[in-house]
Amino acid sequence: MSNAATGEGIGQPVRRKEDFRFITGNGHYTDDIARPRQTWAYFLRSPHAHAKIRKIDTRAAEAAPGVVAIFTGKHVADDGLGGLICGWTVSSKDGTPMKVGPHPILALDTVRYVGDHVAMVVAETLAEARSAAEMIDVDYETLPAAVALAACQSKEAPQVHPEAPRNTCFEWELGNKPETEAAFAKADKIVKLDLTNNRLIPNAMEPRAAIGEYDKGSGVYTLHTTSQNPHVARLVLSAFVGVAPEHKLRVIAPDVGGGFGSKIFIYAEETACVWAAAKVGRPIKWTADRSEAFLSDAHGRDHLSHAELALDKNGKFLALRVKTVANLGAYLSTFSASVPTYLYGTLLSGQYDIPAIYVEVDGVYTHTAPVDAYRGAGRPEATYLVERIVETAARETGIDPAEIRRRNFIRSFPHQTPVIMAYDAGDYEASLDAAMKAVDHKGFPARKAEAEKRGKLRGLGFSSYIEACGIAPSAAVGSLGAGVGLWESAEVRVNPTGNVEVLTGSHSHGQGHETTFAQLVASRLGIPMEQVEIVHGDTDKVQFGMGTYGSRSGAVGMSAIVKALDKIETKAKKIAAHLMEAAVEDIVFENGTFTVQGTDKSLPWAQLALSAYTAHGFPSAEIEPGLKEGAFYDPTNFTFPAGCHICEVEIDPDTGVTRIVNFVAVDDFGTIINPMIVEGQVHGGIAQGIGQALLEHGVYDPASGQLVTGSYMDYCMPRADDLPSFNLGFTKTVCPSNPLGMKGCGEAGAIASPPAIINAITDALGIRDIEMPATPARVWAAIQSRPRAAAAE
Amino acid sequence: MPVVAMTVNGKPASADVEARTLLVHFIREHLGLTGTHVGCDTSQCGACVVHVDGRAVKSCAILAVQAEGADIVTVEGLAKNGELHPVQQAFREHHGLQCGFCTPGMIMTAVDLIRRKPNLDEKTVREELEGNICRCTGYHNIVKAILAASQAMR
Ligand code: FES
Ligand code: FES
Repeated sequence: MSNAATGEGIGQPVRRKEDFRFITGNGHYTDDIARPRQTWAYFLRSPHAHAKIRKIDTRAAEAAPGVVAIFTGKHVADDGLGGLICGWTVSSKDGTPMKVGPHPILALDTVRYVGDHVAMVVAETLAEARSAAEMIDVDYETLPAAVALAACQSKEAPQVHPEAPRNTCFEWELGNKPETEAAFAKADKIVKLDLTNNRLIPNAMEPRAAIGEYDKGSGVYTLHTTSQNPHVARLVLSAFVGVAPEHKLRVIAPDVGGGFGSKIFIYAEETACVWAAAKVGRPIKWTADRSEAFLSDAHGRDHLSHAELALDKNGKFLALRVKTVANLGAYLSTFSASVPTYLYGTLLSGQYDIPAIYVEVDGVYTHTAPVDAYRGAGRPEATYLVERIVETAARETGIDPAEIRRRNFIRSFPHQTPVIMAYDAGDYEASLDAAMKAVDHKGFPARKAEAEKRGKLRGLGFSSYIEACGIAPSAAVGSLGAGVGLWESAEVRVNPTGNVEVLTGSHSHGQGHETTFAQLVASRLGIPMEQVEIVHGDTDKVQFGMGTYGSRSGAVGMSAIVKALDKIETKAKKIAAHLMEAAVEDIVFENGTFTVQGTDKSLPWAQLALSAYTAHGFPSAEIEPGLKEGAFYDPTNFTFPAGCHICEVEIDPDTGVTRIVNFVAVDDFGTIINPMIVEGQVHGGIAQGIGQALLEHGVYDPASGQLVTGSYMDYCMPRADDLPSFNLGFTKTVCPSNPLGMKGCGEAGAIASPPAIINAITDALGIRDIEMPATPARVWAAIQSRPRAAAAE
Repeated sequence: MPVVAMTVNGKPASADVEARTLLVHFIREHLGLTGTHVGCDTSQCGACVVHVDGRAVKSCAILAVQAEGADIVTVEGLAKNGELHPVQQAFREHHGLQCGFCTPGMIMTAVDLIRRKPNLDEKTVREELEGNICRCTGYHNIVKAILAASQAMR
C-alpha cells in the first residue's frame, strides 16, 4: 500500500509521533534529567546596569552549608578561557570591522547590564546555592548607564565598551545611495515615517537549563542543554571558549520547550556549568527561573527607524531610504550583528519592485541585556517598516491600499532586488486576492457602519510580506561575514530488518520534525512511518549539523535527507540488480518494492535491507555490504515565503481596547509536507506578532537601567482570551531551488502580522501612527488627541 | 524536616522535606514525576497544574506540607490502564501542542474545566485559560482540542 493510501504521505495532516510522550508527561527536558551526584549552580547577577567591581568577597559564602565551590571572573580568566563570541562580522561603511567589546563568561571588573553574571555558586542543593549567593559581598562602584537607545550615540552618553566610541559597534549600509538620492530628487511624492520596533523578550515556556559533566577517565565533557543547535554550541565552546577539544565534548539537546531564537545562542551559564564540572569533579546543574530568563535571555527587535518612500504621480515606488538605529544590548550575542543588517536590510524591498533602496543601520551598545534573533529576526522589522510606509503612502496619495500594492508588486521572476536578494518565485497578487476574499473585503464598509452605530471603531489592515528563509547558501553568507556555513547534514541508516534511523542536524523544539521528516522518509521508501526514527540533538550521534532557526529545517534539513535518500536508492538498486540478476537501469523502486522492468521479478524493501547486510555473494569490488548514506546539502539560494495577512479590528473608544475580530493569513510556503503542523506554526507566529503589536514590551527604566518588565506580572504575554481563532489559507508557487520545493513556515506569522494589526488600528482611528504595543492606554490617548474632525467622523 | 504524606496517582507517597518545599518540587524532585513543569516564578503560567482532591491547582503556589493527606493526580496519572484520557487524545488529534512544555498543565486545567463546565463554548474556554500560558500554539488548537474533548465527554 502506498503512503498516500495509508494517510501518511506528503501533504497529509499526519498526527504527531512525538505527542504521546508529551501528553503523558514522559518528555525529557533538560531540567527533568538528574545525574548521579549532581550539584546545583546559582548565578549571582549584577543588580546594577553599569558598575565597576571593586572587590568580591566570597569567604562567608564559601563557609555556608552545602557549598561546593564558588567561581568568579578571575577563576575563568586564570584558567585561560576565552569569552563568548559573535559568529558574524559586519563591517561599517568605511570598511572597518565592527568594534567589539569583550564578552566574559563571568564579569571581570565591570558589569554592563542588570542580570550580568558576577559569580557562580555550586552547592549540594539549589536552595543552598541561592542562600550562599546572598552572602557574597560585592563592592560595586555604580556608574551612569546608557539605556535610552536614542541618546546612546551622543558624546555625553556613558560608554558601554571603550572599544566602541559613542557606543557605536558598526555603521552599516546597503543598497545604492546615488541612485536612491537621484530617484528622490525627481519624485512626485515623498512619504516619511518614524517607526519604533518594540523590544521583545522571547519567553519560550521552558526556561534555559544546563547540566555540565566531566568524566575523568576518558577526559570527556558532556553538556545537556536547552539548545536549538547543539553542534554549533560544541564548536563555539571548544574552538572559541576553549572549554575542551571538540572530540572531548559532547553536547546533548534533549526535548527542548520552545526556542524562537533565544536558544540558538551560547550563553554564559551553560559554558560555566560544563567548564566548572571538571573543577568540582561532579555534574553541575542549572535551571533558570523565569526572572533570570527575563534578565538574561537574549531579547529581540528594538529598532528606531526613519523611512522615506519616493513615488511618482501614479503611485509607483521609485526609491526607499531608511535609517535605523538597532539596539545590540551590552554584549554581542552569538548572531547579534547579522540580525539588524543582513537579515533586515536585505528584505526592505518587500514584495515590491523598488528600483533603488539605500539603508543605513547603526548597531549600538546599551547597558541592557544582549539583543539577538527572535522569531523572524530582522525580517519582522523590515516587514513592519515596508508595510507601514506603503500603507501610509496609500493614505497620503488616496490610492486604495490594495491597489497601491498591486501597482508595485514584483510580477516576473527571478527578480533581483537592489538589496542582495534574488527572489526566485512567487505570486503576490494571488495571496492578496485570496486574503481579501477570506476577510470579505467588500463587506467591510457595511461592517464598519454597523460598528459605528454601536459606537465602535472598525479598521482593516493589510500586510503583504516576504521573508528570506532556507538559511542559507554557505558561500553567500560567508561573503557577508558569517563565521559558519549554513548547510545541513543528514544520514540515513537502514537496519538489517528494514527499519530506518535518520540522523539530522536539524533540531526540533516544537516543530514536529519527528513526524514530518518521518513522513518524507516513509513515503520515499514505501514503509510505515512507525518504522522510521528521527535522531537529532546529540553530537555523539549526529556527526555535525547547523540546527534549527530561520525556518530552515524544511528547505535545508529535509533537502539533506532527500539527498541521502537518493544515495540510498542508488545503492539499493545496485543490490537489487545483483540479487535479481538484472541491469541496474531496469530496476524500478516504487511503494517499497524493487521490480525488474518488464518482468514479474520483485524484491520487497525488508528483504533487500537484510540482503545488504548478509552480503552473500556481493561482487565486492562493486558493492560494499551495508546500507547507510550521508549527505550535506548546501542551498543554492534563500527561499522566499510570502503572502498576505489582513487584520480587522474593532476598537472601543471609551476604553481603548482593541479586539481582533478577524485575522486572515494567506501564505505561500511552496510544498507543504504536513498541513496540520504548518498551520500550527502559523498560529503560533501570528500570536507572537499580535503580542508584539498589542501587548508585549520589554522596558528598561531609562535612568537606572532596571528591567521594569521582569516577570509575567509586568510583561504581557498573549493569553488565550487576548487572541481570536485564526483564518488561514494557502497559495502555492513551488520553490525552484530545493528538491522538495519547500520555502519554510516557522516565522511567517510573526513577520507578517504586526503591520497588519497596526495598519488596522491606525485605519480605525484615522491616525498616521501608533507605537507598538498599541495598549488600551495608548489607543485611548490617541483617540483623545485626534483632531476634532477625525474624532467626529 | 517535616515528613509529608499524600496519595499521588493512586499510590502513597511520603518524604522528608524542607518545610519551604513547594508541591511542584516535591512532585518533580522527590517523586521523580517530571511531567509537571515549572515555567515561571510568579504563579502565572500554569505549566505546573495538578489535581489536588479533584481540583486543578498550581502546584508552584502551595507548599508540599499544605497537601498533606491530599489525593494528587499529575499528568502521569491521567491515562487509565494504558488508555489515554479523552483530553489527552483531543490534544493529539487537534495538534494542541508543539514543544509540549505547557501541555501537562494545559491538559490538567482542561480536565478540571470540563468537569466544572460541561457545556463549553470558545469564549468560556479562552477565559478559563487565563492562567495557562502557551508560547507555541497561539491557543487556536488548544481551544479546539478542549472543545472537542468536552463534546466527546458529554
Ligand atoms: S510554574 Fe506554576 S504557574 Fe508557572
Ligand atoms: S506547546 Fe510549547 S508552550 Fe505550549
